[in-house]
Amino acid sequence: MFDDRSPIYQQIADKIKDDIVSGILQEDEQVMSTNQYAAFYRINPATAAKGFHLLTEEGILYKKRGIGMFVSGEAKQSLLRQRRERFFEEVVDRMLAEAETIGVPISEIIGRIEQAKGSDE
Amino acid sequence: MMTLGIEVNNLQLKYGSFAAIKNVTFSLAGGRIYGLLGRNGSGKTSLLSILASYREQTNGQVTIGGEAPFENAKIMEQVCFIQESGSFSDSSSVSDVLRLSASCWPNWDSEYAAHLIALYDLPLKKLVSALSRGMKSALGVTIGLASRAPVTIFDEAYLGMDAPSRYAFYDELLKDYMETPRTFIISTHLIEEVGSLFEEVLILDQGRLIMHEETDVLKSRGASITGSEQAVDQITEGLTILGQQMLGRTKSVTVFGELTEEHRKHALALGLELGPVSLQDLFVHLTKKEGLSNEQKEKASRP
Repeated sequence: MFDDRSPIYQQIADKIKDDIVSGILQEDEQVMSTNQYAAFYRINPATAAKGFHLLTEEGILYKKRGIGMFVSGEAKQSLLRQRRERFFEEVVDRMLAEAETIGVPISEIIGRIEQAKGSDE
Repeated sequence: MMTLGIEVNNLQLKYGSFAAIKNVTFSLAGGRIYGLLGRNGSGKTSLLSILASYREQTNGQVTIGGEAPFENAKIMEQVCFIQESGSFSDSSSVSDVLRLSASCWPNWDSEYAAHLIALYDLPLKKLVSALSRGMKSALGVTIGLASRAPVTIFDEAYLGMDAPSRYAFYDELLKDYMETPRTFIISTHLIEEVGSLFEEVLILDQGRLIMHEETDVLKSRGASITGSEQAVDQITEGLTILGQQMLGRTKSVTVFGELTEEHRKHALALGLELGPVSLQDLFVHLTKKEGLSNEQKEKASRP
């Protein structure tokens, strides 16, 4: 279920963030409980709780005492902002580095982008 | 349900002149799932037998809920110890074993036992001697879970089971732990399968406790560094190296101990690849024969 690249609680937090960004989880919607996560992924509930803790610290989730965890009103906007900030560094810069390694000229990349944009419209 | 803490202090167990447990000290708060890992002959079963009142230590102290377990009826009914393929009398029937178990553990849940019997298709009328290894394991697992004992110990209890039965056990264990929290201690060789269920891990090596750590913390202390030999050697100088491999001019080293932010930045600047190490790989490295020196092990076990 999980790859071994990062701690499981980090992967749980990332999965919930993905669901918020893609709209699967809406603002003020209740998130599955740590126990449900634990059973689903076959992990210790304390590990799932750590992932949730990470998200409350970041203000992505909030807790309603005795009820459960919910998606914050600002969650999607702040996650989108973070991802946009990282987009050029993590996607564009890496793509350019790869292009240089294998000898794809930038003009070809731009051509491809314009082509994709054209078919989009 | 009450939570019984377990305190082990300078524990020693000798069989004649052979020391199976050497000065082991640890403390378990309880109410968690603990993994006990160790190679064959590392002393796992000896240690668990003492916790379960099956044996008395040669030296040192053990307390469960503040009391010494050996020949202590009050503690014995709070602790359920399940060994590989069970340790039931061959001439008893499955239903006899279940009846006896129900009378041993005051928290016994017969409804839950019936659920597990159905889950594993346990034949009630068969004699224990006629059960397959997998069925004996299923009987053991049923008793351990249905005992609802505040301290439940599984010592390689599910080794004879096939993969679907083992996964059914992991699911039941987790579900039951979340519904009725209690202390589980699980010794296993199947680390990749169950490692993610453990909140804390204890590692025994040749009778010594070389590690007791939260699973996530332990995993965060291992890292693999891969890249050109020269760069890898440069960055790993002074770090505790658990193992290394060469593939052509590429070197991969497993290090132990928290990498500092500086190390990470330096490694990335040198074009090295940093990766995590699985619990199983860490275990293999920490307990292999040509692994760490005793001095290094002592150092490694201190956070």
